[in-house]
Amino acid sequence: MSDPNPQSGSPDKEPASEAQAAQTALGNTERAEPSTPGRSAPDSEPKPNLGRMFLDNLWAANTFTVTLLSLVLAIVVGAVLMIISDPEVLSTYSYITSRPSDALNSSWTLVSEAYANLFKGSVFDPEAFSGWLNGDNGWQAVLAPISETLTYTAPLVFTGLAVALAFRGGLFNIGAQGQATVGVILAALAGFLLPLPPGLHLLVAVLAGALGGAIWGFIPGILKARAGAHEVINTIMLNYVATYFLTWLIVQNGVQDPTRPDAISQAVDTSAQLPRLLGDNLRVHAGILIAVLATWGVAWLLNRSTLGFELRAVGANPDAARTAGISVTRTYTLIMVFSGILAGLGGSNMVLGSTASALTPLVVAQIGFDGILVALLGRVKPWGVLLAALLFGALQAGGNRMQSYSGISLELVTVLQALIVIFIAAPALVKAIFQLRAARAARLQTSLAKGW
Amino acid sequence: MSTMAVPDVAVAPVDEGFWTRNRKVGLVLLALGLLAAVLFGALATDQQARFTLSDDAAGAALEINGTIGAILFGIIAIAAGAALVAGVPKRWFVTVLGVGLVGFVLSFLCWQVSAAPTGQNFMPLVNIIRGTFILALPLIFGALAGVLCERSGVVNVAIEGQLLMGAFSGALFGSLSGNVWVGLVAAAIGGAFISLLLAVFAIRYLVDQVVIGIVLNLLAVGVTGFLYERLMQTDATKYNSAPRFGNWNIPLLEDIPVLGPALFRGNIFLYLGLLLVLVIHIGLFRTRWGLRTRSVGEHPTAADTLGVKVLRVRYRNVLLAGVVAGIGGASYTLALYSFTKNMIGGKGFIALAALIFGRWNPTGALLAALFFGFADQLATYLGAINSVIPSQFLAMLPYLATILAVAGLVGRVRAPAADGKPYIKG
Repeated sequence: MSDPNPQSGSPDKEPASEAQAAQTALGNTERAEPSTPGRSAPDSEPKPNLGRMFLDNLWAANTFTVTLLSLVLAIVVGAVLMIISDPEVLSTYSYITSRPSDALNSSWTLVSEAYANLFKGSVFDPEAFSGWLNGDNGWQAVLAPISETLTYTAPLVFTGLAVALAFRGGLFNIGAQGQATVGVILAALAGFLLPLPPGLHLLVAVLAGALGGAIWGFIPGILKARAGAHEVINTIMLNYVATYFLTWLIVQNGVQDPTRPDAISQAVDTSAQLPRLLGDNLRVHAGILIAVLATWGVAWLLNRSTLGFELRAVGANPDAARTAGISVTRTYTLIMVFSGILAGLGGSNMVLGSTASALTPLVVAQIGFDGILVALLGRVKPWGVLLAALLFGALQAGGNRMQSYSGISLELVTVLQALIVIFIAAPALVKAIFQLRAARAARLQTSLAKGW
Repeated sequence: MSTMAVPDVAVAPVDEGFWTRNRKVGLVLLALGLLAAVLFGALATDQQARFTLSDDAAGAALEINGTIGAILFGIIAIAAGAALVAGVPKRWFVTVLGVGLVGFVLSFLCWQVSAAPTGQNFMPLVNIIRGTFILALPLIFGALAGVLCERSGVVNVAIEGQLLMGAFSGALFGSLSGNVWVGLVAAAIGGAFISLLLAVFAIRYLVDQVVIGIVLNLLAVGVTGFLYERLMQTDATKYNSAPRFGNWNIPLLEDIPVLGPALFRGNIFLYLGLLLVLVIHIGLFRTRWGLRTRSVGEHPTAADTLGVKVLRVRYRNVLLAGVVAGIGGASYTLALYSFTKNMIGGKGFIALAALIFGRWNPTGALLAALFFGFADQLATYLGAINSVIPSQFLAMLPYLATILAVAGLVGRVRAPAADGKPYIKG
């Protein structure tokens, strides 16, 4: 990374004056802050106390602040979209100069209700809580938002990890969608075709999903390693191949539900379904536990294992890695296989969990593409991915409630998600909007920019 | 810098000995021809396979006995494959390969047409050609948008979003104004809007271009889908009933047999698309603008040294690409259908495939788009005659072809050297 402002305070120069210090603070320099306390005379400027340092860092362009502000920006843009797409509210703006209160009130009502529903649907609903205290509803209603959030989170963790893992190895896996699709196919087939005892059946179905993803990841991996075919192109293309294969497979004899005329497969046996964690009324299922386990596994793989080291080495500089004796061919293939396994697990979550129990053309939803956003938002670090998936799961769960209670289309969630990632991908923009000071680790370290 | 120039591992294996790449391709073609002659020949029936020169079964037709046709054209493919294996001069390679592939396709068609239910053993060529071009139109516009972007060194994965935004704003503003030309301009601006975001984030903020492209696609899907549900679904007559361009018959040309009715009785988008291919091809390879564009895409540092404003060229080309793709999106909403959610449905990615398959070349992109359009149209046709070939497998064809192309089985494809690399002066 290069320093955008080359005139950062050099330690060799004489201690910075007040004016200079203020100027460096505004000028987004990176090294000025840490270097001054060491060299400068202690009496030339007051030693910053802990609270001051905390505040300074809070308003610096560190990962946390940028992410938070990106969220704020996305919410603001989302609010604008809501207002301009509501003819009634928009009409109050025609006389905003004479009675501005009308426009502001109606906008505020619209936006605040929508976002309140987003929150109530994903985190905590006070009405359900007071209802529980009064005995109107059971404790399940209080936990329902969290349960929904975790249900949507689980598959996103897997696809997010899949994309993040490949990123760390220098590959951009846009094919998580396709890998999840093949995963969902094999998981479902194992789920309703194999007559196995409970427990074993579930295990086999989950592993079948992983196998499907592995196959679909292996193809672009080996093509990249052997023929140098760009994985971005191949994974995009394989996404569509997988989708068409799914739509074809569903209507075949033995797969299609014989009692239904439309494109839906038989349902997965109950013995192959992931157990629900909080009773049958709440949808949260064991997938989220596997997701946490997978996050830990990927973190271990990346940071503690030989393969992880080779993977990161290849990702940082394949030529240097090759010189150091690492087989780039083998590593690229393995990266894609592991990435595919994760995405395939995400796929099996979609049909073995509680969101669906049979194959339909849209059974995988958007988890593969959302996984790209999740990986970027999580800064391609395993635990970051988990948190990012949690946020996206919450948006999804809350979006459902927003749609049914406020009539705000679920598509707004897609817009919010895309906007958040756009902003965090361009921290310089966020920095400029909020006049943040520069800090380390502000830039998304995933730039691969190497063309086709 | 945050962006590392990591060269691909694509250490192209040096062809050694007898089995050059061309010979291997020939071997594959030979196998395909054998498959066609034996399998298609066996499956074809003794019905006459008629290729009528009109919209329906009537009129003059090219006829051939199904079995004979399937075997004959299969043999042509075998011969072409054998010629390639034996070794032909390099400049004949593409021609011979083309002949072989056409033979394979014709063999396949003879089988399919002859095996169709009785009374449907015909293929209306006018229909097929017209359908091919209509289905290829968004691909042509999209691939041209890709050419404009990528030739100047900016990867454009956001074609899908540009098409979608063009289709949406064309429909919205066409409906609001009631004027089809206003819709067309709005569509161009809509596409350019996504392009602007792509340009600013890729060029100014150095965001990874593939990443920003993917995210912009999602953004376009989200924004258009959201506004569609909020506006168009609640009041379709006001927001989603754009006027449409009619068909313009071109005098004289429309009387050419087969091609006339298929191509010269189309709408403005068809003519505009074909014209744009020509203009961009000439512009790219014969004008100063084209030379600058290509130099910026291949070696921006050198171009900068010679005084070319690299970033300005990139901004301009990316915006132009948005305009082209936006118009391509309007070819849906201002000519064929009213807007629906996510109506582009992956065409932007096939356009990307066409761009790569056509080797970043306007004419190549046109041919690739037509090939993909033909596959699409063929799927519709085969569905109509109850073929045993599932339409989904034909729909996979463009994607599989692209994978084969980038894997180097159909000759190497090479992107502009600086494609995807942000240019930082200094």
